[in-house]
Amino acid sequence: MTTATSNLDLHEDKTFLDSTELILNMGPQHPSTHGVLRVILKLDGEKVLGAECVIGYLHRGVEKIAENRTYTQFGPYVDRMDYVASVSNGLGYCETVEKLINVEAPPRAQHIRVILTELNRITSHQVWLGTHALDLGAMTPVFYCFRDREEILKIFEKYCGARLTTHAFRVGGCQWETYEGFEKEVLRLCDFFEPKIDEYEQLLTTNRIWIERTKGVGVISGPQCIAMGVTGPVLRGSGVKWDLRKAKPYSGYEKFDFEIATGENGDTYDRYIVRIREMRQSVRIIRQAVESLPAGPIMAKVPKVLKPLPGEVYHSIEAPKGELGYFIVSDGSLQPYRIRVRPPSFVNLQALDQMVRGRLIADVVAIIGTIDIVLGEVDR
Amino acid sequence: MVVDPSIAYEVLQILHNDESYDYCVDVTAVHYPKREKQEFDLIWILYSFAQNERIRVKTQITDGATVKSVVGLWPTANWLEREVYDMFGIKFEGHPDLRRILLPEDWKGFPLRKEHGIKQQDQAWVQANLGIQSGQ
Amino acid sequence: MSTQFTQYLQSTLTPGQAGNMLWATIYILVIFAGISLCVVFINWGERKALAHFQIRLGPMRVGPHGLLQPIADALKLLLKEDTIPANADKVVFWIAPFIVTTAAFVVYLVVPFGPQHAVTDMNIGILFMLGVSSLGVLGIITAGWASNSHYPLLGSLRSSAQMVSYEVAMGLAVISAILMTSFTPGVASGTLSMIGIVEAQKTQGVWFLFKFFPLGLIAFGVFAIAMIAETNRAPFDLPEAESELVAGFHTEYSGFRWSLFMLGEYAAMIAVSGIAVTLWLGGWMRPFPNLLAGSVWDTIFSLVPGAFFLFLGAVTLYGTARMPKHPALRIQTLGLGVFGMAIAAVGLVLLVPAVRVRVQDIFWFMIKVAAFIYMYIWYRATFPRYRFDQLMRVGWKVLLPISLGVLIVTGVVGLSPELLTWLKGVL
Repeated sequence: MTTATSNLDLHEDKTFLDSTELILNMGPQHPSTHGVLRVILKLDGEKVLGAECVIGYLHRGVEKIAENRTYTQFGPYVDRMDYVASVSNGLGYCETVEKLINVEAPPRAQHIRVILTELNRITSHQVWLGTHALDLGAMTPVFYCFRDREEILKIFEKYCGARLTTHAFRVGGCQWETYEGFEKEVLRLCDFFEPKIDEYEQLLTTNRIWIERTKGVGVISGPQCIAMGVTGPVLRGSGVKWDLRKAKPYSGYEKFDFEIATGENGDTYDRYIVRIREMRQSVRIIRQAVESLPAGPIMAKVPKVLKPLPGEVYHSIEAPKGELGYFIVSDGSLQPYRIRVRPPSFVNLQALDQMVRGRLIADVVAIIGTIDIVLGEVDR
Repeated sequence: MVVDPSIAYEVLQILHNDESYDYCVDVTAVHYPKREKQEFDLIWILYSFAQNERIRVKTQITDGATVKSVVGLWPTANWLEREVYDMFGIKFEGHPDLRRILLPEDWKGFPLRKEHGIKQQDQAWVQANLGIQSGQ
Repeated sequence: MSTQFTQYLQSTLTPGQAGNMLWATIYILVIFAGISLCVVFINWGERKALAHFQIRLGPMRVGPHGLLQPIADALKLLLKEDTIPANADKVVFWIAPFIVTTAAFVVYLVVPFGPQHAVTDMNIGILFMLGVSSLGVLGIITAGWASNSHYPLLGSLRSSAQMVSYEVAMGLAVISAILMTSFTPGVASGTLSMIGIVEAQKTQGVWFLFKFFPLGLIAFGVFAIAMIAETNRAPFDLPEAESELVAGFHTEYSGFRWSLFMLGEYAAMIAVSGIAVTLWLGGWMRPFPNLLAGSVWDTIFSLVPGAFFLFLGAVTLYGTARMPKHPALRIQTLGLGVFGMAIAAVGLVLLVPAVRVRVQDIFWFMIKVAAFIYMYIWYRATFPRYRFDQLMRVGWKVLLPISLGVLIVTGVVGLSPELLTWLKGVL
């Protein structure tokens, strides 16, 4: 059993610094760390002995705000946490509240939700791939990824009017019916996009320099991941075949046939392969969902004014970054008594210290990138 | 599952060791100021890979009481408990590094407590560190 | 003086060899101006090419298709505030960029643009070039040291370690090429002079790239990789990477001094490409001098420079025709049209027989160098960056043994006729 990760004892040992050790500050403003994250590295020459993250620069008090808004009013706030994958956030929240009021979204709404969430997974991974490659020096994939992401964002815009913070779902289903030609466009996007994944792979997967920069970097084993509570592609990259969409299916995922991508070594290269494969599986799911899109209502019978009975519920979904959980406590009033968001990036970032020990400074940037954090989610 | 705070740690230990609840999903708290004693609900959400089961362990503690930290059982609780301390002021004994995580280290006040206003800030800190005279 | 001027035009020697100081000075000035102009164009070309690799357009506004962008950048850099860090060593801070730029430009003394189009032809040309280009390292270290901040210092030390390591591999690859010059039948020994190396390729009838296939190719490959590491370009640009932690040696430099560093870097790129072209790609020779020999072929190939510029002019004029018909763009369209006509005029001039005979060599040399520069830009767009320890490993553990091996095998293979006869004599 691994012992608890300790901090760097910076506060006690400052005067006892060994002369060969150097404390380096990767400050909140840095072109590489995705958002405002401060990492304090303890170095021995170029080798990293430990890393400590200072977060909270983007803390907006979302959980406190939740206590002062009604359930419907809180919907848009949820998108802004993990702003890259806002549809997933919305899905998690709506499903949790639906569990609280004991309502299930109708099948058509569930299919629409799955389509949009998987599209969102693709966009989130595209942002990840572009920025990660850019950190390691490959300048071109970011443009390709963002260009292809535009097509998906166009679909989002046509559906709900927003590209990034979509607020696509409502408690009980979806608010808007799919627009004219939605299925055709989504299918056309799938056909358009699959060769693009091949394009990304062509640039990087067998690239000698990419392999050298990512293989063996930031290794974390399966048991270590579980102990640290790390979920998502990081966990799957270490060989643990676990995906909430299969373990505890929600929103109709049990109807779709897809594989869980896993890696073997738990290094950066494996996590890259896992995410690429996830993108392919997402396309597969989208195709199945579109082809089997049932007719019917898109909104369940939900009272206009949401006043759930007192109680608590915890529900989590597989967001692109990991297990995104919502714990809602209701006291019977219009406003939730407590909403707790279990952010995947927050818990995954804890593992940074373990992953960077023994690596060089240049790897720290790669490892932060491979964990795929979004500071909006880490800090809420 | 609601347990008494005195046996909470043993229960968690049993769950971890014997029932293979090896993944601590979340540690969080809820503040009920209207209860006279035991205002805080402390909740651990655990998950077992082997059984594919999720369990919620809840205990109720008083303001000022300390709880035994579960960092020894699940290292993931390190930051999760720090956040509970940051937001509620609940101290965990045995935690290797209990300090604020999201708010600045010398901030005063525990925001997620019900008596803390939504617009309330530690004005002294803001004035001192950010140079904003009004403190907001 | 005018006799010096005209008398030289008939000679077949470089000005340095002929002792003609006037022409030597002219050459030096022309090279200096020309290379600076080239650097400007490469800057534009890099931004445009990189942009097109990344599915975007690059500079389009400053001048038609961004053609005036480098000039705008140069103006900006000249007018920028010249900062010096507080406790920096002022004298050293001031000289460092000059050392780098000077080292890069002095190499051009021996780079041959043609059989008589070089400033001089030292009989130790290659040695001179290797020695002088190493001096650039000194400039980089002094730049890092003078900045009085430990990040630029670390960056400069890394950069210098990288350059020194790859110079070893580069030198060995160069020796392989020189070794090949000594296999000219009938000539007693090889030569270190740059013009002599191209002449050797001419006499032996094969570009050293293809000599003893694949040995020449491997040696060229080693040199090509080493020269990228030598000039601190992607994928070996960790010391100057923006997204890495330790910023490069030129962090504290702004304005004119920074532009000197960039000038030095691009000039070094062109110089080193020029060396590669001379050593392996036949220097100034036109393609297939022996295969497609004869005056007919000579004439055809000599038309290529003019045709090339005419083609460029045609493309530019086509671009002018395609410019949007908007009043705000009138000046740009006019400028582009004039530019296109100028290029076409150059092309026409190059078709004149008297001119095209003289310009041939320079043109072929520059075309080959341009291909190299394009490869530089292509690598930058495609490859991620090597980590520093991996970079050093490639230099010492991969390139060095390969170049040593190629050297030895070249020697054995090259001497094999003599070896065989000797063996026959012995056995």
